[in-house]
Amino acid sequence: MNRTEILNRFRPGRENLLMILNELQNNSPEHFISDEDMREVAHYLNIPLSSVFGVVTYYSMLSRIPRGKYIIRVCRSPVCEMTGSEGILEELQRILNIRPGETTADKLFTLETTECLGRCNESPGMIINEEFYGKLGSDDPGKIIDHLKSGIR
Amino acid sequence: MISEKRIILKNAGRINPGKIEDYIAAGGYRSAGIALEKDETEIIDIVIRSRLRGRGGAGFTTGLKMKYTNQSGIISPGRYLICNADEGEPGTFKDRAIMENDPHLLIEGMIIAAYSIKASKAYIYLRGEYFRSNELLSGAIRQAKEHEFLGRNIFGTGYSLDIEIKTGAGSYLCGEELTLIESLEGKRGYPRIKPPFPTEKGLFGDPTLVYNVETLSNLPLIIEHGAEYFSSIGTADSAGTKIITISGDVINPGYFEVEMGVTLRDIIFELAGGIPDGRNFKAALLGGASGTFIDSTALGTPLGYDSLKSIGAVLGSGAIMVMNDQRDILKMTHSILKFFGHESCGKCVPCRIGNSVLTDGMEDIIKRRDKSRYNLDLLIYEADYMSKTSLCPLGQSPVLPLKSLKRYFEKEFRFDIK
Repeated sequence: MNRTEILNRFRPGRENLLMILNELQNNSPEHFISDEDMREVAHYLNIPLSSVFGVVTYYSMLSRIPRGKYIIRVCRSPVCEMTGSEGILEELQRILNIRPGETTADKLFTLETTECLGRCNESPGMIINEEFYGKLGSDDPGKIIDHLKSGIR
Repeated sequence: MISEKRIILKNAGRINPGKIEDYIAAGGYRSAGIALEKDETEIIDIVIRSRLRGRGGAGFTTGLKMKYTNQSGIISPGRYLICNADEGEPGTFKDRAIMENDPHLLIEGMIIAAYSIKASKAYIYLRGEYFRSNELLSGAIRQAKEHEFLGRNIFGTGYSLDIEIKTGAGSYLCGEELTLIESLEGKRGYPRIKPPFPTEKGLFGDPTLVYNVETLSNLPLIIEHGAEYFSSIGTADSAGTKIITISGDVINPGYFEVEMGVTLRDIIFELAGGIPDGRNFKAALLGGASGTFIDSTALGTPLGYDSLKSIGAVLGSGAIMVMNDQRDILKMTHSILKFFGHESCGKCVPCRIGNSVLTDGMEDIIKRRDKSRYNLDLLIYEADYMSKTSLCPLGQSPVLPLKSLKRYFEKEFRFDIK
Protein backbone atom coordinates (compact mmCIF):
# COMPACT_ATOMS: atom_id res chain seq x y z
CA MET A 1 0.00 0.00 0.00
CA ASN A 2 1.45 3.37 -0.88
CA ARG A 3 1.26 6.52 1.15
CA THR A 4 -1.78 7.99 -0.60
CA GLU A 5 -3.73 4.75 -0.19
CA ILE A 6 -2.93 4.70 3.51
CA LEU A 7 -3.94 8.33 4.01
CA ASN A 8 -7.21 7.85 2.19
CA ARG A 9 -8.23 5.10 4.59
CA PHE A 10 -8.61 7.74 7.28
CA ARG A 11 -10.96 10.66 7.57
CA PRO A 12 -8.78 13.83 7.47
CA GLY A 13 -9.26 14.75 11.12
CA ARG A 14 -6.38 15.47 13.50
CA GLU A 15 -7.56 12.71 15.84
CA ASN A 16 -6.36 10.20 13.24
CA LEU A 17 -2.79 11.52 13.24
CA LEU A 18 -1.28 8.85 15.47
CA MET A 19 -3.09 6.00 13.70
CA ILE A 20 -1.91 7.34 10.32
CA LEU A 21 1.68 7.59 11.54
CA ASN A 22 1.53 4.04 12.96
CA GLU A 23 0.20 2.73 9.62
CA LEU A 24 2.80 4.60 7.56
CA GLN A 25 5.58 3.27 9.74
CA ASN A 26 4.25 -0.29 9.70
CA ASN A 27 4.08 -0.18 5.91
CA SER A 28 7.54 1.29 5.52
CA PRO A 29 10.22 -1.33 4.68
CA GLU A 30 12.68 0.57 6.86
CA HIS A 31 10.17 1.05 9.71
CA PHE A 32 10.37 4.82 9.84
CA ILE A 33 8.53 8.00 9.02
CA SER A 34 10.28 10.11 6.42
CA ASP A 35 10.27 13.88 6.13
CA GLU A 36 8.21 13.44 2.98
CA ASP A 37 5.70 11.33 4.93
CA MET A 38 5.38 14.07 7.51
CA ARG A 39 4.82 16.75 4.86
CA GLU A 40 2.13 14.67 3.14
CA VAL A 41 0.37 13.93 6.43
CA ALA A 42 0.41 17.61 7.43
CA HIS A 43 -1.06 18.50 4.08
CA TYR A 44 -3.72 15.76 4.25
CA LEU A 45 -4.82 16.72 7.75
CA ASN A 46 -4.44 20.43 7.13
CA ILE A 47 -2.29 20.95 10.20
CA PRO A 48 1.17 22.53 10.52
CA LEU A 49 4.18 20.36 9.74
CA SER A 50 5.49 21.27 13.19
CA SER A 51 2.48 19.55 14.77
CA VAL A 52 3.20 16.34 12.90
CA PHE A 53 6.89 16.64 13.77
CA GLY A 54 5.95 17.19 17.40
CA VAL A 55 3.93 13.99 17.55
CA VAL A 56 6.52 11.87 15.70
CA THR A 57 9.28 12.98 18.06
CA TYR A 58 7.18 12.50 21.21
CA TYR A 59 6.21 8.83 20.91
CA SER A 60 9.00 6.31 21.53
CA MET A 61 7.74 3.74 19.03
CA LEU A 62 7.90 6.20 16.13
CA SER A 63 11.20 6.78 14.34
CA ARG A 64 12.36 9.52 12.00
CA ILE A 65 15.42 7.56 10.99
CA PRO A 66 15.46 4.39 8.87
CA ARG A 67 15.69 1.22 10.89
CA GLY A 68 16.55 -2.43 10.31
CA LYS A 69 14.38 -5.38 9.37
CA TYR A 70 14.25 -6.49 13.00
CA ILE A 71 13.73 -3.91 15.71
CA ILE A 72 14.91 -5.25 19.04
CA ARG A 73 13.48 -3.46 22.04
CA VAL A 74 14.87 -4.52 25.41
CA CYS A 75 12.81 -3.65 28.47
CA ARG A 76 14.73 -1.69 31.06
CA SER A 77 11.99 -1.02 33.63
CA PRO A 78 12.35 -1.94 37.32
CA VAL A 79 11.26 -5.62 37.24
CA CYS A 80 13.33 -6.49 34.17
CA GLU A 81 16.29 -4.48 35.41
CA MET A 82 16.21 -6.35 38.71
CA THR A 83 16.14 -9.71 36.94
CA GLY A 84 18.98 -8.98 34.53
CA SER A 85 18.03 -6.78 31.57
CA GLU A 86 21.34 -4.90 31.69
CA GLY A 87 23.23 -8.12 30.99
CA ILE A 88 20.92 -8.92 28.08
CA LEU A 89 21.41 -5.50 26.58
CA GLU A 90 25.19 -5.73 26.96
CA GLU A 91 25.20 -9.15 25.30
CA LEU A 92 23.19 -7.83 22.37
CA GLN A 93 25.51 -4.85 22.00
CA ARG A 94 28.46 -7.24 21.97
CA ILE A 95 26.95 -9.63 19.41
CA LEU A 96 25.62 -6.96 17.07
CA ASN A 97 28.42 -4.47 17.64
CA ILE A 98 26.01 -1.56 17.90
CA ARG A 99 24.74 0.67 20.71
CA PRO A 100 21.09 1.37 21.56
CA GLY A 101 19.61 3.61 18.90
CA GLU A 102 21.85 2.19 16.15
CA THR A 103 21.30 -0.22 13.26
CA THR A 104 23.69 -2.91 12.05
CA ALA A 105 25.57 -2.22 8.81
CA ASP A 106 23.69 -5.01 7.00
CA LYS A 107 20.46 -3.22 8.00
CA LEU A 108 19.13 -6.36 9.69
CA PHE A 109 18.95 -5.29 13.31
CA THR A 110 18.15 -2.10 15.20
CA LEU A 111 18.73 -2.10 18.95
CA GLU A 112 16.55 -0.02 21.23
CA THR A 113 15.47 0.05 24.84
CA THR A 114 11.88 0.32 26.00
CA GLU A 115 9.99 0.73 29.23
CA CYS A 116 7.64 -1.83 30.82
CA LEU A 117 6.09 -4.15 28.24
CA GLY A 118 3.57 -5.67 30.64
CA ARG A 119 5.23 -9.12 30.55
CA CYS A 120 6.83 -8.85 33.98
CA ASN A 121 6.14 -12.46 34.97
CA GLU A 122 8.51 -13.49 32.15
CA SER A 123 11.30 -11.04 32.90
CA PRO A 124 13.80 -10.07 31.67
CA GLY A 125 12.11 -9.57 28.36
CA MET A 126 12.35 -7.95 24.96
CA ILE A 127 10.29 -7.64 21.81
CA ILE A 128 11.59 -8.04 18.29
CA ASN A 129 9.06 -6.44 15.96
CA GLU A 130 5.85 -7.98 17.34
CA GLU A 131 7.30 -11.07 18.98
CA PHE A 132 7.99 -11.19 22.70
CA TYR A 133 10.95 -13.13 24.13
CA GLY A 134 10.99 -13.60 27.89
CA LYS A 135 12.85 -15.26 30.74
CA LEU A 136 16.04 -14.42 28.85
CA GLY A 137 19.25 -16.08 29.97
CA SER A 138 22.72 -15.04 28.85
CA ASP A 139 22.65 -17.60 26.01
CA ASP A 140 19.36 -16.47 24.57
CA PRO A 141 20.33 -13.26 22.73
CA GLY A 142 22.89 -15.19 20.66
CA LYS A 143 20.49 -18.01 19.85
CA ILE A 144 17.69 -15.64 18.89
CA ILE A 145 19.92 -13.49 16.67
CA ASP A 146 21.23 -16.61 14.93
CA HIS A 147 17.69 -17.87 14.31
CA LEU A 148 16.66 -14.57 12.78
CA LYS A 149 19.80 -14.33 10.66
CA SER A 150 19.24 -17.76 9.22
CA GLY A 151 15.63 -16.88 8.47
CA ILE A 152 14.09 -19.69 10.47
CA ARG A 153 11.40 -17.42 11.90
CA MET B 1 -5.16 -22.52 51.68
CA ILE B 2 -6.61 -19.60 49.77
CA SER B 3 -7.62 -19.80 46.17
CA GLU B 4 -8.46 -17.41 43.39
CA LYS B 5 -11.96 -16.07 43.05
CA ARG B 6 -12.51 -15.69 39.32
CA ILE B 7 -15.59 -13.62 38.68
CA ILE B 8 -14.00 -11.36 36.08
CA LEU B 9 -11.69 -14.01 34.63
CA LYS B 10 -14.29 -16.79 34.77
CA ASN B 11 -13.82 -17.55 31.08
CA ALA B 12 -10.03 -17.39 31.05
CA GLY B 13 -8.57 -20.60 29.69
CA ARG B 14 -12.05 -22.06 29.20
CA ILE B 15 -13.14 -20.41 25.99
CA ASN B 16 -11.50 -19.48 22.72
CA PRO B 17 -11.07 -15.71 23.04
CA GLY B 18 -11.31 -15.37 19.27
CA LYS B 19 -14.82 -16.83 19.06
CA ILE B 20 -17.90 -14.86 20.03
CA GLU B 21 -19.92 -18.09 19.95
CA ASP B 22 -17.89 -19.36 22.91
CA TYR B 23 -18.48 -16.14 24.81
CA ILE B 24 -22.21 -16.24 24.13
CA ALA B 25 -22.45 -19.90 25.12
CA ALA B 26 -20.79 -19.00 28.43
CA GLY B 27 -23.56 -16.47 29.06
CA GLY B 28 -21.99 -13.49 27.33
CA TYR B 29 -23.88 -10.39 26.15
CA ARG B 30 -26.86 -11.36 28.31
CA SER B 31 -25.89 -8.63 30.74
CA ALA B 32 -25.75 -5.97 28.03
CA GLY B 33 -29.24 -7.04 27.01
CA ILE B 34 -30.46 -6.62 30.59
CA ALA B 35 -28.79 -3.22 30.88
CA LEU B 36 -30.33 -1.87 27.69
CA GLU B 37 -33.79 -2.66 29.01
CA LYS B 38 -33.17 -0.38 31.99
CA ASP B 39 -33.09 3.39 32.24
CA GLU B 40 -29.55 4.78 32.39
CA THR B 41 -30.13 6.30 35.84
CA GLU B 42 -30.97 2.81 37.09
CA ILE B 43 -27.63 1.51 35.75
CA ILE B 44 -25.79 4.33 37.50
CA ASP B 45 -27.60 3.58 40.75
CA ILE B 46 -26.72 -0.11 40.57
CA VAL B 47 -23.04 0.62 39.93
CA ILE B 48 -22.90 3.14 42.79
CA ARG B 49 -24.55 0.68 45.19
CA SER B 50 -22.16 -2.07 44.11
CA ARG B 51 -19.34 0.04 45.64
CA LEU B 52 -17.04 -0.72 42.69
CA ARG B 53 -13.96 1.50 42.73
CA GLY B 54 -11.70 2.33 39.79
CA ARG B 55 -9.20 -0.40 39.05
CA GLY B 56 -6.70 1.72 37.13
CA GLY B 57 -5.05 2.81 40.35
CA ALA B 58 -6.92 5.88 41.60
CA GLY B 59 -9.76 3.91 43.21
CA PHE B 60 -12.41 6.53 42.58
CA THR B 61 -16.03 5.39 43.00
CA THR B 62 -16.95 4.09 39.56
CA GLY B 63 -20.65 4.87 39.69
CA LEU B 64 -20.03 8.49 40.63
CA LYS B 65 -17.89 9.11 37.56
CA MET B 66 -20.75 7.73 35.47
CA LYS B 67 -23.21 9.98 37.28
CA TYR B 68 -21.14 13.15 36.77
CA THR B 69 -20.64 12.45 33.08
CA ASN B 70 -24.33 11.73 32.62
CA GLN B 71 -25.22 15.00 34.32
CA SER B 72 -22.63 17.05 32.41
CA GLY B 73 -23.94 15.84 29.13
CA ILE B 74 -27.24 17.61 29.56
CA ILE B 75 -25.86 20.75 27.95
CA SER B 76 -23.64 19.21 25.29
CA PRO B 77 -24.92 16.48 22.98
CA GLY B 78 -21.49 14.90 22.46
CA ARG B 79 -20.39 12.35 25.01
CA TYR B 80 -17.71 9.70 24.83
CA LEU B 81 -16.65 6.59 26.63
CA ILE B 82 -12.95 5.83 26.59
CA CYS B 83 -11.51 2.54 27.72
CA ASN B 84 -8.03 3.18 29.08
CA ALA B 85 -6.06 0.17 27.85
CA ASP B 86 -2.70 1.94 27.97
CA GLU B 87 -1.46 -0.32 30.77
CA GLY B 88 2.09 0.81 31.48
CA GLU B 89 2.72 0.75 35.23
CA PRO B 90 5.80 -1.44 35.79
CA GLY B 91 4.80 -4.83 37.14
CA THR B 92 1.26 -4.58 35.79
CA PHE B 93 -0.27 -6.85 33.16
CA LYS B 94 -3.79 -7.46 34.46
CA ASP B 95 -5.51 -5.63 31.62
CA ARG B 96 -3.54 -7.67 29.11
CA ALA B 97 -4.76 -10.79 30.95
CA ILE B 98 -8.37 -9.70 30.42
CA MET B 99 -7.96 -8.59 26.80
CA GLU B 100 -6.05 -11.70 25.73
CA ASN B 101 -8.32 -14.15 27.57
CA ASP B 102 -11.77 -12.63 27.19
CA PRO B 103 -11.89 -9.59 24.89
CA HIS B 104 -15.67 -9.79 24.58
CA LEU B 105 -16.00 -9.19 28.31
CA LEU B 106 -14.42 -5.78 27.80
CA ILE B 107 -16.68 -5.03 24.82
CA GLU B 108 -19.76 -5.95 26.84
CA GLY B 109 -18.60 -3.80 29.78
CA MET B 110 -18.11 -0.90 27.37
CA ILE B 111 -21.63 -1.27 25.99
CA ILE B 112 -23.04 -0.98 29.51
CA ALA B 113 -20.86 2.02 30.45
CA ALA B 114 -21.49 3.84 27.17
CA TYR B 115 -25.21 3.29 27.52
CA SER B 116 -25.20 4.76 31.04
CA ILE B 117 -24.09 8.09 29.58
CA LYS B 118 -25.89 7.61 26.26
CA ALA B 119 -22.63 7.86 24.34
CA SER B 120 -22.85 6.67 20.76
CA LYS B 121 -19.09 6.57 20.27
CA ALA B 122 -16.48 4.80 22.35
CA TYR B 123 -12.73 4.41 21.99
CA ILE B 124 -10.31 1.87 23.29
CA TYR B 125 -6.94 3.59 23.74
CA LEU B 126 -4.64 0.59 23.54
CA ARG B 127 -0.91 0.74 24.07
CA GLY B 128 1.06 0.20 20.89
CA GLU B 129 3.08 -2.71 22.30
CA TYR B 130 -0.01 -4.88 22.98
CA PHE B 131 -0.14 -6.47 19.52
CA ARG B 132 -2.03 -9.62 20.51
CA SER B 133 -4.66 -7.61 22.42
CA ASN B 134 -5.11 -5.44 19.34
CA GLU B 135 -5.68 -8.51 17.17
CA LEU B 136 -8.19 -10.03 19.58
CA LEU B 137 -10.07 -6.81 20.29
CA SER B 138 -10.33 -5.93 16.60
CA GLY B 139 -11.75 -9.39 15.96
CA ALA B 140 -14.14 -9.09 18.88
CA ILE B 141 -15.48 -5.73 17.70
CA ARG B 142 -15.99 -7.08 14.20
CA GLN B 143 -17.82 -10.15 15.52
CA ALA B 144 -19.94 -8.06 17.90
CA LYS B 145 -20.99 -5.89 14.95
CA GLU B 146 -21.91 -8.96 12.91
CA HIS B 147 -24.07 -10.16 15.79
CA GLU B 148 -25.58 -6.69 16.14
CA PHE B 149 -24.29 -6.18 19.68
CA LEU B 150 -22.65 -3.05 18.28
CA GLY B 151 -23.78 -0.66 15.58
CA ARG B 152 -27.23 0.71 15.13
CA ASN B 153 -30.30 -0.29 17.17
CA ILE B 154 -28.62 -2.77 19.54
CA PHE B 155 -31.03 -5.44 20.81
CA GLY B 156 -33.76 -3.50 19.02
CA THR B 157 -33.73 -0.83 21.74
CA GLY B 158 -32.86 2.07 19.47
CA TYR B 159 -29.46 2.51 21.20
CA SER B 160 -26.48 2.73 18.85
CA LEU B 161 -22.79 2.40 19.71
CA ASP B 162 -19.64 2.32 17.66
CA ILE B 163 -16.32 1.26 19.25
CA GLU B 164 -13.01 2.18 17.68
CA ILE B 165 -9.52 1.11 18.72
CA LYS B 166 -6.82 3.76 18.73
CA THR B 167 -3.33 2.57 19.45
CA GLY B 168 -0.71 4.50 21.35
CA ALA B 169 2.95 4.49 20.40
CA GLY B 170 5.03 4.10 23.51
CA SER B 171 4.24 6.61 26.23
CA TYR B 172 3.51 5.72 29.87
CA LEU B 173 2.07 9.16 30.44
CA CYS B 174 -0.74 8.53 27.95
CA GLY B 175 -2.24 6.21 30.55
CA GLU B 176 -3.24 9.24 32.57
CA GLU B 177 -6.78 10.14 31.54
CA LEU B 178 -6.31 13.75 30.45
CA THR B 179 -3.01 13.04 28.72
CA LEU B 180 -4.71 10.10 27.02
CA ILE B 181 -7.34 12.47 25.70
CA GLU B 182 -4.66 14.79 24.35
CA SER B 183 -3.08 11.83 22.58
CA LEU B 184 -6.46 10.74 21.19
CA GLU B 185 -6.91 14.24 19.80
CA GLY B 186 -3.72 13.78 17.80
CA LYS B 187 -1.30 15.73 19.95
CA ARG B 188 1.79 15.20 22.05
CA GLY B 189 0.96 13.55 25.34
CA TYR B 190 1.00 16.50 27.70
CA PRO B 191 -1.32 16.60 30.71
CA ARG B 192 -3.99 19.21 31.18
CA ILE B 193 -4.82 21.07 34.33
CA LYS B 194 -7.68 19.54 36.27
CA PRO B 195 -10.31 20.71 37.00
CA PRO B 196 -12.03 20.65 34.56
CA PHE B 197 -12.21 16.87 34.78
CA PRO B 198 -12.96 14.75 31.71
CA THR B 199 -16.46 14.08 33.05
CA GLU B 200 -17.12 17.74 32.42
CA LYS B 201 -14.76 18.61 29.59
CA GLY B 202 -12.88 15.76 27.95
CA LEU B 203 -12.45 14.52 24.40
CA PHE B 204 -12.97 17.37 21.93
CA GLY B 205 -14.23 19.41 24.90
CA ASP B 206 -17.19 17.12 25.53
CA PRO B 207 -18.13 15.13 28.69
CA THR B 208 -16.06 11.97 28.63
CA LEU B 209 -16.09 8.87 30.81
CA VAL B 210 -12.64 7.27 31.06
CA TYR B 211 -12.50 3.83 32.62
CA ASN B 212 -9.76 1.26 33.07
CA VAL B 213 -10.11 -2.15 31.39
CA GLU B 214 -10.58 -4.03 34.68
CA THR B 215 -13.16 -1.53 35.91
CA LEU B 216 -15.23 -1.99 32.73
CA SER B 217 -14.85 -5.76 32.94
CA ASN B 218 -16.68 -5.77 36.28
CA LEU B 219 -19.80 -4.14 34.86
CA PRO B 220 -21.40 -7.17 33.16
CA LEU B 221 -21.35 -9.26 36.32
CA ILE B 222 -22.67 -6.36 38.41
CA ILE B 223 -25.60 -5.83 36.07
CA GLU B 224 -26.33 -9.54 35.79
CA HIS B 225 -26.01 -10.51 39.44
CA GLY B 226 -26.86 -7.22 41.09
CA ALA B 227 -25.26 -4.58 43.31
CA GLU B 228 -25.84 -6.59 46.51
CA TYR B 229 -24.02 -9.61 45.10
CA PHE B 230 -20.95 -7.57 44.18
CA SER B 231 -21.03 -5.54 47.37
CA SER B 232 -21.11 -8.73 49.45
CA ILE B 233 -17.72 -9.75 48.06
CA GLY B 234 -14.59 -8.15 49.46
CA THR B 235 -14.32 -5.76 52.38
CA ALA B 236 -15.98 -2.69 53.86
CA ASP B 237 -13.86 -0.28 51.84
CA SER B 238 -13.15 -2.42 48.80
CA ALA B 239 -15.87 -4.48 47.19
CA GLY B 240 -15.30 -7.22 44.65
CA THR B 241 -12.11 -8.87 43.49
CA LYS B 242 -8.77 -7.58 42.23
CA ILE B 243 -6.56 -9.07 39.57
CA ILE B 244 -3.12 -9.02 41.13
CA THR B 245 -0.03 -9.27 38.94
CA ILE B 246 2.96 -10.62 40.81
CA SER B 247 6.53 -10.71 39.54
CA GLY B 248 10.11 -10.77 40.76
CA ASP B 249 11.38 -13.29 43.28
CA VAL B 250 8.45 -15.70 43.52
CA ILE B 251 8.06 -19.28 42.35
CA ASN B 252 4.84 -18.63 40.40
CA PRO B 253 4.88 -15.13 38.89
CA GLY B 254 1.71 -14.27 36.99
CA TYR B 255 -1.81 -12.96 37.46
CA PHE B 256 -4.26 -14.04 40.15
CA GLU B 257 -7.81 -12.81 40.73
CA VAL B 258 -8.44 -12.64 44.46
CA GLU B 259 -11.22 -11.42 46.71
CA MET B 260 -10.41 -8.08 48.33
CA GLY B 261 -9.41 -8.75 51.90
CA VAL B 262 -6.99 -11.64 51.34
CA THR B 263 -3.65 -10.86 52.94
CA LEU B 264 -0.43 -10.00 51.15
CA ARG B 265 1.06 -13.11 52.75
CA ASP B 266 -1.70 -15.26 51.21
CA ILE B 267 -0.93 -13.86 47.78
CA ILE B 268 2.87 -13.94 47.91
CA PHE B 269 3.42 -17.20 49.80
CA GLU B 270 0.42 -19.30 48.89
CA LEU B 271 -0.76 -18.29 45.44
CA ALA B 272 2.63 -17.24 44.12
CA GLY B 273 4.45 -20.03 45.93
CA GLY B 274 6.77 -17.93 48.03
CA ILE B 275 10.44 -17.11 47.48
CA PRO B 276 12.47 -19.56 45.37
CA ASP B 277 15.98 -20.95 45.96
CA GLY B 278 15.58 -21.11 49.72
CA ARG B 279 15.85 -17.35 50.07
CA ASN B 280 13.85 -15.10 52.36
CA PHE B 281 11.43 -12.28 51.75
CA LYS B 282 12.92 -8.81 52.02
CA ALA B 283 10.50 -6.38 50.40
CA ALA B 284 7.57 -6.02 48.05
CA LEU B 285 6.83 -3.02 45.84
CA LEU B 286 3.06 -2.60 45.69
CA GLY B 287 1.40 -0.65 42.89
CA GLY B 288 4.31 -0.40 40.50
CA ALA B 289 6.81 2.42 40.22
CA SER B 290 4.22 4.90 41.54
CA GLY B 291 3.76 2.56 44.43
CA THR B 292 5.14 1.79 47.85
CA PHE B 293 7.62 -0.62 49.42
CA ILE B 294 6.60 -2.78 52.34
CA ASP B 295 8.59 -5.14 54.54
CA SER B 296 7.65 -8.41 56.22
CA THR B 297 5.86 -6.65 59.08
CA ALA B 298 3.14 -5.62 56.63
CA LEU B 299 2.48 -9.06 55.15
CA GLY B 300 -0.60 -9.63 57.29
CA THR B 301 -2.37 -6.60 55.80
CA PRO B 302 -5.60 -7.38 53.95
CA LEU B 303 -5.80 -6.27 50.33
CA GLY B 304 -7.85 -3.13 49.86
CA TYR B 305 -7.60 0.58 49.05
CA ASP B 306 -7.98 1.89 52.60
CA SER B 307 -6.44 -1.02 54.47
CA LEU B 308 -3.20 -0.57 52.54
CA LYS B 309 -3.34 3.20 52.87
CA SER B 310 -3.50 2.79 56.65
CA ILE B 311 -0.04 1.18 56.63
CA GLY B 312 1.45 3.77 54.31
CA ALA B 313 1.04 1.64 51.21
CA VAL B 314 -1.03 1.79 48.04
CA LEU B 315 -2.99 -0.81 46.10
CA GLY B 316 -2.55 1.11 42.85
CA SER B 317 -2.73 -1.09 39.78
CA GLY B 318 -2.49 -4.24 41.89
CA ALA B 319 1.08 -4.98 40.87
CA ILE B 320 3.27 -6.73 43.44
CA MET B 321 7.00 -7.02 42.80
CA VAL B 322 8.77 -9.23 45.31
CA MET B 323 12.42 -8.85 46.34
CA ASN B 324 14.42 -11.54 48.14
CA ASP B 325 17.04 -10.93 50.81
CA GLN B 326 19.85 -10.69 48.24
CA ARG B 327 18.30 -7.78 46.35
CA ASP B 328 19.54 -4.23 46.63
CA ILE B 329 16.89 -1.72 47.71
CA LEU B 330 19.05 1.22 46.62
CA LYS B 331 19.43 -0.16 43.09
CA MET B 332 15.70 -0.77 42.84
CA THR B 333 15.02 2.79 43.99
CA HIS B 334 17.38 4.07 41.32
CA SER B 335 15.55 1.90 38.76
CA ILE B 336 12.21 3.42 39.71
CA LEU B 337 13.53 6.98 39.55
CA LYS B 338 15.11 6.34 36.14
CA PHE B 339 11.75 5.11 34.90
CA PHE B 340 10.06 8.36 35.88
CA GLY B 341 12.89 10.37 34.36
CA HIS B 342 12.49 8.57 31.02
CA GLU B 343 8.72 8.89 30.95
CA SER B 344 8.41 12.51 32.06
CA CYS B 345 6.97 14.57 29.22
CA GLY B 346 8.94 17.62 30.29
CA LYS B 347 6.03 20.05 30.47
CA CYS B 348 6.41 20.93 34.15
CA VAL B 349 9.77 22.25 35.27
CA PRO B 350 9.58 20.63 38.72
CA CYS B 351 9.01 17.18 37.19
CA ARG B 352 11.47 17.55 34.33
CA ILE B 353 14.31 18.84 36.45
CA GLY B 354 13.18 17.22 39.67
CA ASN B 355 13.31 13.69 38.24
CA SER B 356 16.83 14.41 37.00
CA VAL B 357 17.85 15.59 40.45
CA LEU B 358 16.30 12.52 42.08
CA THR B 359 17.94 10.09 39.67
CA ASP B 360 21.37 11.70 39.87
CA GLY B 361 21.01 12.04 43.63
CA MET B 362 20.18 8.37 44.02
CA GLU B 363 23.12 7.42 41.83
CA ASP B 364 25.35 9.57 44.01
CA ILE B 365 24.05 7.90 47.16
CA ILE B 366 24.84 4.47 45.68
CA LYS B 367 28.33 5.53 44.54
CA ARG B 368 29.47 7.67 47.45
CA ARG B 369 27.31 6.37 50.31
CA ASP B 370 27.87 8.41 53.47
CA LYS B 371 30.07 10.82 51.50
CA SER B 372 27.18 11.69 49.20
CA ARG B 373 25.71 15.18 49.17
CA TYR B 374 22.34 13.47 49.05
CA ASN B 375 20.37 11.38 51.50
CA LEU B 376 16.87 9.94 51.70
CA ASP B 377 15.42 12.97 53.48
CA LEU B 378 16.70 15.31 50.79
CA LEU B 379 15.24 13.13 48.06
CA ILE B 380 11.90 13.10 49.86
CA TYR B 381 12.00 16.87 50.25
CA GLU B 382 12.62 17.26 46.51
CA ALA B 383 9.95 14.72 45.57
CA ASP B 384 7.44 16.29 47.92
CA TYR B 385 8.06 19.67 46.30
CA MET B 386 7.56 18.04 42.88
CA SER B 387 4.30 16.44 43.95
CA LYS B 388 2.89 19.82 44.94
CA THR B 389 3.95 21.62 41.79
CA SER B 390 3.46 19.08 38.98
CA LEU B 391 0.35 18.95 36.83
CA CYS B 392 -0.05 15.23 36.60
CA PRO B 393 0.39 12.01 38.56
CA LEU B 394 3.85 11.34 37.12
CA GLY B 395 5.48 14.27 38.89
CA GLN B 396 3.33 13.51 41.90
CA SER B 397 4.51 9.91 42.11
CA PRO B 398 8.21 9.63 43.12
CA VAL B 399 7.38 10.85 46.61
CA LEU B 400 5.30 7.68 47.20
CA PRO B 401 8.02 5.04 46.98
CA LEU B 402 10.51 7.38 48.66
CA LYS B 403 8.28 8.02 51.67
CA SER B 404 7.60 4.31 52.02
CA LEU B 405 11.35 3.70 52.05
CA LYS B 406 11.65 6.12 54.94
CA ARG B 407 9.00 4.17 56.81
CA TYR B 408 10.17 0.63 56.08
CA PHE B 409 13.75 0.70 54.82
CA GLU B 410 15.48 3.71 56.32
CA LYS B 411 18.33 1.47 57.47
CA GLU B 412 19.27 0.78 53.84
CA PHE B 413 20.16 4.46 53.47
CA ARG B 414 22.23 4.60 56.68
CA PHE B 415 25.79 3.65 55.87
CA ASP B 416 27.15 4.25 59.35
CA ILE B 417 25.12 1.32 60.64
CA LYS B 418 26.52 -1.25 58.19
